[in-house]
Parts: sequence; C-alpha cells; structure tokens
Amino acid sequence: MWMTLQPVLGEIILAITASQFMLLTGLSKSKKRPDLIRLMAVVGLLAFAFVGFVTDRNVTETFGGAFINDDFARYVKLIIGLAGAAAIVLSRNYLRSERLDQYEFSVLLVYAVLGMGIMVSSNDLLTLYIGVEMQALALYVLAAFNRDSLRASEAGLKYFVLGALSSGILLYGASLIYGYSGSLRFDGIALALQGDYGPGLVGGMIFLLCGLAFKISAAPFHMWTPDVYEGAPTPVTGFFAGAPKLAAIALIARVLYEPFGDLAEGWTLALMVFAGLSMVVGALGGLMQTNIKRLMAYSSITNMGYALVPLTAGTLAGVAGMLTFMTIYVVTVIGVFACILQMRIRNGIVEQISDLSGLAETNKGLAITLTVMMVSLIGIPPFAGFWGKWFAFGPAIGAGHYFIVVLALVASVVGAFYYLRIIRLMWFAEANEGFVAAPRIERSFSLVSAVLLLAMGILPFITYPGLNLIRDAASSLFG
Amino acid sequence: MSDFLREYLPILVLLFVAGGFSVALLLAAKVLAPSEPDREKLSTYECGFNAFDDSKMKFDVRFYLVAILFIIFDLEVAFLFPWAVSLEYIGVYGWTVVMIFLAELFVGLIYAWKKGALDWE
Repeated sequence: MWMTLQPVLGEIILAITASQFMLLTGLSKSKKRPDLIRLMAVVGLLAFAFVGFVTDRNVTETFGGAFINDDFARYVKLIIGLAGAAAIVLSRNYLRSERLDQYEFSVLLVYAVLGMGIMVSSNDLLTLYIGVEMQALALYVLAAFNRDSLRASEAGLKYFVLGALSSGILLYGASLIYGYSGSLRFDGIALALQGDYGPGLVGGMIFLLCGLAFKISAAPFHMWTPDVYEGAPTPVTGFFAGAPKLAAIALIARVLYEPFGDLAEGWTLALMVFAGLSMVVGALGGLMQTNIKRLMAYSSITNMGYALVPLTAGTLAGVAGMLTFMTIYVVTVIGVFACILQMRIRNGIVEQISDLSGLAETNKGLAITLTVMMVSLIGIPPFAGFWGKWFAFGPAIGAGHYFIVVLALVASVVGAFYYLRIIRLMWFAEANEGFVAAPRIERSFSLVSAVLLLAMGILPFITYPGLNLIRDAASSLFG
Repeated sequence: MSDFLREYLPILVLLFVAGGFSVALLLAAKVLAPSEPDREKLSTYECGFNAFDDSKMKFDVRFYLVAILFIIFDLEVAFLFPWAVSLEYIGVYGWTVVMIFLAELFVGLIYAWKKGALDWE
C-alpha cells in the first residue's frame, strides 16, 4: 500500500487538503473562514512542494506505471508549489479590497496546482490528459472569478473556449499516437518508435505538441493570452504567468525527450518554429501596449519563446537550461505582479503604464524594485535574468542552432524597448498623484523577489546548490 | 499496416459507408425534391396559429445547473455499473478505490447542497 501511494504522496496531500479540509471548513459558519482556508492551502502547498525531497529520492512509478515521480518532477513541483503558495498569500489583500474574498479561490488554486503536479508526473497519455484538464478547469474559473466584471467573464469564456479547442487537438494527437503505437504508456510509445512506425505517430506527436503549445501560449497559439491576462484578477494573472507555464513546458520536455526521443529531428524543427514565432510576436506585440497586464502577457509570450530555445538542443544541458530559465522567470513574474498589485490610488486599482509615471519621486522603494525586475527581464548582468538567458541560449549554440539564438537576441533587444520605456517613465517623467501605501505582504514579496534576482546573479553559494538540483532534475529525463 | 490496425478496418469501412450513405440521401433530397418556398412555408410554425414570439427565447440558467449536476451523477452511475458487475475480480482494492471516488463525489454533493444548487426557488 505504502509502495503504491508513496510517489503520489504530494498529490494526495493536496487532494485531501482541498476537498476534505478546505471545502468542508468553507461550509462552516465561522467568520474567519477565508483566512483559515488560506492558511490550510498554504500549508498544503508547502507540504506538496517539499514532500518529494523528504521521502526517498529514487525514481518511483505507481498505478501500473501511469504516474512517475523522479527528480525532474520533484524539482518542477517544488517551484510550482511555492508559486502557488505565493499566489494565495498575495491574493489576500486584493480579494478583500475588491470584495471577492470567497474561500473557493484558494480551493480552486489548490486544485490547479494538483493538476499541474499530475501533469509533470505523467508517464502515460491518460495521466497527461487528466492533469492538463484538471489544472485548466480550475484556471478557467479563476480567470472569471470576478464574475460581475464583464472583462473577467470575457477572459474566462475566451480561455475556456480556446482551452477546450486545445484539449481537443491534444486528444486527437493522443488517439493517433495510441492508434499507431498501440500503447498509452510513454515507454511503450518509445518502444514502438524503435521498430518501423507509420506517419501517424509523427502526426500525433505534432498534434500533441500543438495542444501543449496552447497551454504555454507559444505563438501561433497565443491569441488568448493578452485578453485573459487583462481580464483576470491581478493575483490570478500573476499565477497564470508562472506556474502553469512551467508545468506545461516541463510536460513538453518530458513528452519530447522520453517517448519521442527518437524523433528528435522532427520535433526540433517544430520547437524552433514555435520559439521563433513566439519571440517575434511577443517582442513586436508588446511595443504598443498601454496596459501593464497586457504588456506582461506579451512579455510572457516572448519568454516562453526563449524557454523553448534550449529544448531544441535535445541535450541534458538544454533541459537544465530550460529549468534554470523558467525558475528565474517565475521568481521575476511573482515580483512584477507583487509590484502591479501595489499600483493603487485612492479610488481603486490602476493598470495603465502611464500611471507609473514619475514613480521615483512619489514612491522610491517601488520604483527601485520594479526597475530591478525590468532590468532582469531585459537580461542585463549581474541580474539573474541575464544568467537565465545565458543558460537558455548556450545549449542551443552548442547544438549548432545559431539562427534561433540570433533571433532570440534580436527579440531581446526589441523587447528591451518596452521594459526600458517603463523605467524611463518611472525615473524621468512628470510625477502623477502617488499611490496609496501598499500592504506589507505585497511590498515584502516584491522586495524578496528583487533581492533574489540580484543574489542569484552574483552569489555562487546560492546558485551552485540550485544548479546541482536542476542538473539532477534534467538528468532524470536521460535515464 | 499492422494486425492491430487491421482489426479496426471494419470500423473504417463502416464510417465510409455511413458517411457516404447519409451524404447521398441529403444530396438526393436536395436534387430530386421539388422546391417552391414561399413566405408561409418559411415562417415559424406554431400549431397552426400565427407565431406568438421569436423562437430564440430566453432560457432559465437554472436548467443548466440541473443539467451539470445530472451529468456528474450520471457519469457516476456509468462508472458504478461495470464496477458492480466485476467486483468479484477486482477484490478489496477495487472496492476501496471506488469508495474513495464516491467519497470525493459526496463532498461535492454536500457543497452543492449547502450552496443551494439543489433548490429551485
């Protein structure tokens, strides 16, 4: 019994926390319940993040091989669990001030993280689909959480319809793969690729890849991103930009490297197309934006393009580079959205970039932290964003993919324009009426994230253990 | 083509026959039948009266809620039938797994009940 359940221990903790403790507490009459439930969610998510490192670190499979827990899954779950906990803590003040403080928010977020945990641990096409669908269903509702707002409902509906379409594409791919390989298990698919296989396997893989590209909002499947980011409540947008993207790209890495490792020449080209288009669309689309959440949407499209670049290499360093880049990106995104949540004037929340004008005069602390994030997103050393790109583009150069790296560098330069515009506005433009004092949670999150971005860039004793962890994680895909 | 795929050949044939047959019938009706539309024939038909109102009418959203809840418990039953029939083969393990599934659904039912999703008024 223990042998069966031990690999899924983190997921079981989350499932029981969400469905048993949180939902049932939610039905009690107590006044304090949203806070109590948030506490449960954070404890559950932290337990989920670390439990894999406490129990044994071997590669363990369970449920007849449908579910795998290896170092790769453990590392990704660590980041996802922490990002989920951060989202819940950051959401508290926002939800209160917007009068949205329903306890279902925390429950849905925990279910979304549970789905992501299943995604990154999937070793079977069915587990993959269950994970993808579980996180997506929770996220659709979260996007439309402010249901009285027209834009939030639109965001939720748009996300739902396009997400359903992508699930359809993904399932079609999965059924083709099953039809031509006769196996749902990843190792069975890899075995089928050893012999001679029909064209359906390649087609199925491409369909599967397209379905997953929707989830990471890689161009040409990116059109939902700006609207959903703009319409969804800000803490939800901050969560969207980090954890689900990491889970989906980790799933892409596992699917491509484990079952489809032998088809590398096929998917390398597909990944390059996704990466190149995303970088171009994100860099150009962000130029004219006036809303900071839409800007972050285009920024995340570009960054997903960067994250796909190392995966084209098909090497261990490539996977490690992707994980390094995504980790730094998740930290940055949490910091940026902690800053956006502080943009509040006397009569409510503002989201326009022009509202940041002259921030250095009115609120120096926020201006400095936001500048650190932007500089890190541009990728200027010694900030961590530079090292993220360094580890991301290095493996692609090693594999000889110069064209895509040059494109990435050009996109970085074009994208730098819109980050620099924010910095210029904050430091050199005429001051607006200042923001009201932000709650301590938001300020400390943005500060911690800014300090981390600086520290990860210059302090080796933080970075080396982390890089070792990432290398272990990546090497478990090359068993 | 592998043996595995050949087993599915009849289904492919069936698909072609079914598709071809229905397309043929639709086309035949289009081509052969006399078509003389006029205003009366194209207007909404309501039991011989003149139509009272537009056929696109508003629809109470509560029906959707009932439909959604119905689907969940309908699926539950769809799972329970094969489980009940094969209980002697899957043993205590299979019994426990489905009990966990039922417990989860039960929490959902309590939630829906408490939220008032089951009340019509």
